[in-house]
Amino acid sequence: MSERPANVDPTAMTAPRFPVHRIDSLAGASFKHEHLPAILAEAPMRGFFEVHAENYMGAGGPPHHALATIRHDNPVSLHGVCMSIGGPQALDKAHLARFKTVVDRYEPALVSEHLAWSTHDTTYFNDLLPLPYTEATLERVCEHIDEVQETIRRPILLENPSTYVAFQESTLSETDFIRAIAQRTGCGLLLDVNNVFVSATNHGFSALEYLADFPLSGVDEIHLAGHAEQTDDEGDLLLIDSHDGPVADAVWKLYAIVIGQCGPIPTLIEWDSNIPEWPILKAEAAAAQAILDRHASVTVRSQSHAA
Amino acid sequence: MRLEPAPPVRSSYSTAFSAALTAPSLQTPSGVVGPNGKGAEKRYNVYRNNVTVSLIEALASIYPAVQRITGLDFFRAMARFHLRETPPRSPLLFEYGRDFPDFIDRYEYARPMPWLGDVARIERAWLDSYHAADQDPLAATALAAIPADRLAKVIFQAHPATRIVRSRHAAVTIFAANRTSASPPLINAVEAEDALITRPQQEVTVRLLPPGGAVFLQSLSAAMPLGDAAAAALEACPSFDLGAAIAGMLEAGAFTAAALGDRS
Repeated sequence: MSERPANVDPTAMTAPRFPVHRIDSLAGASFKHEHLPAILAEAPMRGFFEVHAENYMGAGGPPHHALATIRHDNPVSLHGVCMSIGGPQALDKAHLARFKTVVDRYEPALVSEHLAWSTHDTTYFNDLLPLPYTEATLERVCEHIDEVQETIRRPILLENPSTYVAFQESTLSETDFIRAIAQRTGCGLLLDVNNVFVSATNHGFSALEYLADFPLSGVDEIHLAGHAEQTDDEGDLLLIDSHDGPVADAVWKLYAIVIGQCGPIPTLIEWDSNIPEWPILKAEAAAAQAILDRHASVTVRSQSHAA
Repeated sequence: MRLEPAPPVRSSYSTAFSAALTAPSLQTPSGVVGPNGKGAEKRYNVYRNNVTVSLIEALASIYPAVQRITGLDFFRAMARFHLRETPPRSPLLFEYGRDFPDFIDRYEYARPMPWLGDVARIERAWLDSYHAADQDPLAATALAAIPADRLAKVIFQAHPATRIVRSRHAAVTIFAANRTSASPPLINAVEAEDALITRPQQEVTVRLLPPGGAVFLQSLSAAMPLGDAAAAALEACPSFDLGAAIAGMLEAGAFTAAALGDRS
């Protein structure tokens, strides 16, 4: 992880608006404005905050005030939720320009988006919708990621989706699809371990086999979140990626396996609905930090042995 | 050789998938399947539910007073009708729902509440004010520097966060009563009210304007000189109080600049 955001031109005369904060080996939490007073009442947290880019695309006002306050003391990860990278139609140029403005304004340590689509024609559906995995969709997704990365002049991290359906026309596995995207575009990956668990349950595959096949060396951020339970058409368990509760035990176990294998990776606790008081969210982030720290010390020890 | 843009990727997957999302009468799109031959109807309905519920919640977060007035079930039904008729055209959800006040005016079941659309207009203006650009408001002392005999020629610049909403009903009182946790008082709904919405720093404030105040501030916002705006307000309302109106607008932070017009 570079200490300095890639979009900062070292020859530019203007100084960055915000201090540079390292994000590697840190856990973080979704930033919710209702938590700001509680966050400011404490000593600065060791950790990062992640925000949805779209919430900071207004001209001014309290959202920018809140994010600027947080960004001053902590690294920030910028997470886009509606670029519609996985859709067949061209990206919305106006939205892309707004996205670049937020990236430039807040100098985030990480920038990410989803392997999904949310806009068709001119309608925005406000959900992360699935796509078939074919050579044709692969090509289109890569074009879109190239366009985003060229616009913001830095690589993005692409997040694996949680899905409830599949497409008959798919010819590639999700892991092959994502690996090919990373190879062709140079983008990094955001591994959402809860999404892996949700999709594995919903589609009847092994989460461990998926992770074994996932290009883990390209993962620069991890997401953890809670999910809800429903049933499918046959009455079997169907998991919903609801982000409305604590991280499930099974997801913590998968996460520990990934960190044990890869070493520390910036890890976010996502909580977007039924949002708890700040101490509860902070405690979830602290639980992730404890796992990261355990493996950081192992990594350091093994390095010093090798030296 | 110029590279042609790639042709649309068999756009069928997003066309078919999106068509049924807000149309419950349509079947699960063909080609959308569950694993190992399983059905996909309930699975596809997860997306339908996500879309509809999240957009209802987006409207509820923009229009909390309307939801409090109507109750949850009424609001959700009304919002569902609206989002099927007018889904978002922008991925910025704080821009959504601009047509909702007009929809409420037309909504059959809301007819017993003729002021409800205006309450929604105030809530929409509140959110626009919240997201507007930051600018310092005009200092209360700014007019002191201008000679008294030339005050009538002063032209004001509206603050980006300033909004005015006029209502034939007591929409401002109803709005205020339903955006606080206190139980609403008895309100004489037939009294016409005008709202001034400002955000000089970080907090949005909604004020009830005195008679003539809306005409005065709308005239000033349209770059009409102070003297002409005062005359327009007096014509609309003989009891218009110019001194109180100027003091009120400066206190509210409704403007950012005052300067003598070119025709002085």
